[in-house]
Amino acid sequence: MLHIINKSPLTSVSLDSCLNTATGGDILLIEDAVYAATRGNAGEAKLRNAMGRFKVHVLMPDLEARGLGDRLMEGVSPVDYGGFVDLTSSNKTCQSWL
Amino acid sequence: MSDAKKFMFVNRKAPYGTIYALESLEVVLITAAFDQDVSLAFLDDGVYQLKKGQQTKGIETKNFSPAYRALEDYDIEKLYVEKEAMEARGLTEEDFLVPVTLLSRAEMGKLMDEQDVVLSF
Amino acid sequence: MKFGIVVNEGPYQHQASDSAYLFAKAAIAKGHEVWRVFFYHDGVNNASKLTEPPQDDRNIVNRWAKLAEEHKVDLVVCVAAALRRGIKEENLAQGFRISGLGQLVEAGIKCDRLVTFGD
Repeated sequence: MLHIINKSPLTSVSLDSCLNTATGGDILLIEDAVYAATRGNAGEAKLRNAMGRFKVHVLMPDLEARGLGDRLMEGVSPVDYGGFVDLTSSNKTCQSWL
Repeated sequence: MSDAKKFMFVNRKAPYGTIYALESLEVVLITAAFDQDVSLAFLDDGVYQLKKGQQTKGIETKNFSPAYRALEDYDIEKLYVEKEAMEARGLTEEDFLVPVTLLSRAEMGKLMDEQDVVLSF
Repeated sequence: MKFGIVVNEGPYQHQASDSAYLFAKAAIAKGHEVWRVFFYHDGVNNASKLTEPPQDDRNIVNRWAKLAEEHKVDLVVCVAAALRRGIKEENLAQGFRISGLGQLVEAGIKCDRLVTFGD
């Protein structure tokens, strides 16, 4: 399953809830959730620990828009909107953790 | 029902503060008319939607919580509450308006994986 | 592949409608079909023809309408959510239609994938 997160990990439990509940699969960070994919943010270790179970992707246009295109954490794979579409088609279902 | 899809509605938001819980319930009721396999999942603040004894007179807003009791009449009987979310809010099963199935996080995650369509608002 | 998209937030206030639009455009560019976009909650405000953004900003409403026209995308606005928020036939932008919640369920049934954008 593809899990889509759109909230900053520092103001919302969405990412935490997804990491705690979902069994695995792909995670795509979009909109304000892209902050979770940046080096040095307080949640970096937690996301890194989840990388065994999940493959983590970030929507680069959203990260670049926020001035953090050069702070991408290691292990997170950058995608554009086309890559977003590919993730939704390669997974049988997707869930937006709004 | 053989070609019915498994629809899961994931509720993670509290009622009244925003309209999502109410409008989500409206979709659930409509989905029932389409003979699909419907489940409702309550996680995070979504578990507050099911709290008994909601009194909305003071905020001049319609109390829509009785609608959860009507779900049964629409043959929607799969209501799942994440146990950890319930406990984190100091609630127990007795606090809920309707009978629910408590699932651990792991069980909830597994159930999500079995769905064809997951809707969250 | 046949895609359904759900938009739960209004234009300008939240990025959801922008994200949904860019997703739809990318899906079409990859040869997929965007069968229906369903506007729910404050998302119904994406269909107001009274919207007038500043000249130098994107026109979210017209952008949806243009996508619908060029690629036969069915833009459906939930009637119950729309009436609550003052969106009616008389101020409905071109390319959109108002219908019931059943249209959302139908998208879930008929589409290979349903992707939700909201808050």
